[in-house]
Amino acid sequence: MIIRGDEPEQIRLIKKLYKPGNYFMQGNEAVAYGAIFAGCRFYAGYPITPSSEIAETMARELPKLGGYYLQMEDEIGSIAAMVGASWTGLKVMTATAGPGFSLMQENLGYAVMTETPLVLVDVQRSGPSTGQATKGAQGDFFQARWGTHGDHPIIALSPTSGQDAFWEIIRAFNIAERLRTPVVMLFDGVLAHTRELVKIPDVEEVEITYRKLPQNEEEARLPFGDPHGDGVPPMPLFGHGYFTHVTGSTHKENGLRDVYTPEVHDRLVRRLHRKIEQNRHVYEKYEEYFTDDAEILVVSWGVTARPALGAVLKAREEGIKAGLFVPKTVHPFPGERMRALGKKVRAVLVPEMNLGQMILEVQRYVNDDVLLKGVNKIGGVPLTVNEILREIRGVA
Amino acid sequence: MAKEIYSRYPMVKYLRKEALPTALCPGCGGGTVLNAFANAVDQLRIDPKDLVVVSGIGCSAWIASPYFLADTLHTTHGRAIAFATGVKVGLPDKKVVVISGDGDLASIGGNHLIHAARRNIDITVILVNNMIYGMTGGQVAPTTPFGAKTTTTPYRNIEHPLQISETVAAAGASYVARWTTAHVYQLIESIKKALQVKGFSLVEVVSQCPVQFGRRNRMKEPAEMLRWFLKNSVPISKAKKMSPEELEDKFVIGEFVNRERPEFVSELNKLIDEVQEHFGLKGEDDGV
Repeated sequence: MIIRGDEPEQIRLIKKLYKPGNYFMQGNEAVAYGAIFAGCRFYAGYPITPSSEIAETMARELPKLGGYYLQMEDEIGSIAAMVGASWTGLKVMTATAGPGFSLMQENLGYAVMTETPLVLVDVQRSGPSTGQATKGAQGDFFQARWGTHGDHPIIALSPTSGQDAFWEIIRAFNIAERLRTPVVMLFDGVLAHTRELVKIPDVEEVEITYRKLPQNEEEARLPFGDPHGDGVPPMPLFGHGYFTHVTGSTHKENGLRDVYTPEVHDRLVRRLHRKIEQNRHVYEKYEEYFTDDAEILVVSWGVTARPALGAVLKAREEGIKAGLFVPKTVHPFPGERMRALGKKVRAVLVPEMNLGQMILEVQRYVNDDVLLKGVNKIGGVPLTVNEILREIRGVA
Repeated sequence: MAKEIYSRYPMVKYLRKEALPTALCPGCGGGTVLNAFANAVDQLRIDPKDLVVVSGIGCSAWIASPYFLADTLHTTHGRAIAFATGVKVGLPDKKVVVISGDGDLASIGGNHLIHAARRNIDITVILVNNMIYGMTGGQVAPTTPFGAKTTTTPYRNIEHPLQISETVAAAGASYVARWTTAHVYQLIESIKKALQVKGFSLVEVVSQCPVQFGRRNRMKEPAEMLRWFLKNSVPISKAKKMSPEELEDKFVIGEFVNRERPEFVSELNKLIDEVQEHFGLKGEDDGV
């Protein structure tokens, strides 16, 4: 909608509907409002705990803005409908949880291959399988990275609070549009259902990015080319008479299928990787606390970064030189910064609500002489400040 | 050769020339379906710029994408209708057409098929039913006739075929018709009607696959399969008076449903209008 040029109208509606100020809301609601501010006007989903309030909020709010809420027959249909809608120029989102995320994986790969901007929120819950359906967890770190098949890049963000989620979902849309790629947001059941203060800004303070459209017929004829050298082809939208052919099969720059020529596949898939790699500045993001002089580094993500910060603050009070590193974009992992930090410390602790996932990424970037230890808890209850503090003291 | 084809067949103007020749086997019914669809588009004078054609995986999915010259979306296995749903919501003024096979749309994609019919979204589905998994090598399909031989039912098929048109009609579609590739003119007329109906429309085309189905069931030549279709086709009016046993290995042809029901995308936009009206969000800038 917004991308079709009626932005002033949308700004007027948002201003009228959502007064800037402080609100007390669930993380899920913060995600939904953030998406609306980012220009999302199409939501297709299938209800699943603990993500359902995102769908409910979108169903309530989108029609007010002239946007579309579709409850599809399943998760597979949801992401499929999003891809279809994205090619008509709409900004699209869905939200799901572990099992639904599994079902969406095939079409997530399709979106990577066809370079379709979309935002997929995975509100992680405790698994495997139905597990503890209503409890939070951080077990989908690698499902986001490796859930679909083939060699593919992926971008995944992970916010640490409701307020953070509001801004991170906007960032997710901006990255998806700028790089013409799906973006996953790894949220979790704990933050999703926690009510806390969320400050809603004036809509004009929000920076919005739009996908690149073809500037001429020649660019439109090459929907999978790289005319600007940034790896991101302009996207010829459906309905404009370009006769665009989109396929998940290996295709040439003009979109036509060629699955027989090794060079065509090589060129396409390497460009998909290069697009993500060379645009690191667009999406790389992390936070650091007391890392300047830290001897013990805590590396944590998502919901667990909060008790981790509490533990680091308490450790500092006790005179322990602890620091905290929080990747906000978790895929691709901020490895360069991690490597630099890893050289300065003697111990790295990785608290997570799983039995050890992000720690494997961290391990790739720290040397063997650093003591690397996971602080892991499963069962649906988040780690506490004291649980993490105890581990910091243990290596101090 | 190519020049001759382009000058001899007027429908070639609707095809993506750089994608030709087609990958379809000689004698495949897919060419008939492509031809019928192009003729329907031509007779209705639909500008291909107003068409978006979506397909899934398999031989029949290739009929329209890449060969038809329009915006074409070649999707994952079974999901074409769900992709098309998003396209139609985004482009309500365009004709959104799904062309794919029985394995794609009625087996793995069966859920999307019945729910699109229930929703009555304004999409035209041309479902090519060749009663077999062609591209993967002739395995049994949910539409394979009882007793037929396939590569995965080497002794005989012990499952009963899904009656697609009956199922979709019962699910709530606005228009449903079934023909075979031996009924080309009726097929074109039905595709034309389906394209004009406001609501979910399905045209099922029973089609020959001499390579994967025919040759294992004593019909090696395409013409033998067409003769089989003609001999065993029963018009729907006559079928109503026949018992299920008598209809077991027959192809019931004709129009199953042609009715008006509220359509999904227009209802969705109506709802948006009502909501915006209710919250006073319509019209001029009121100074906020």
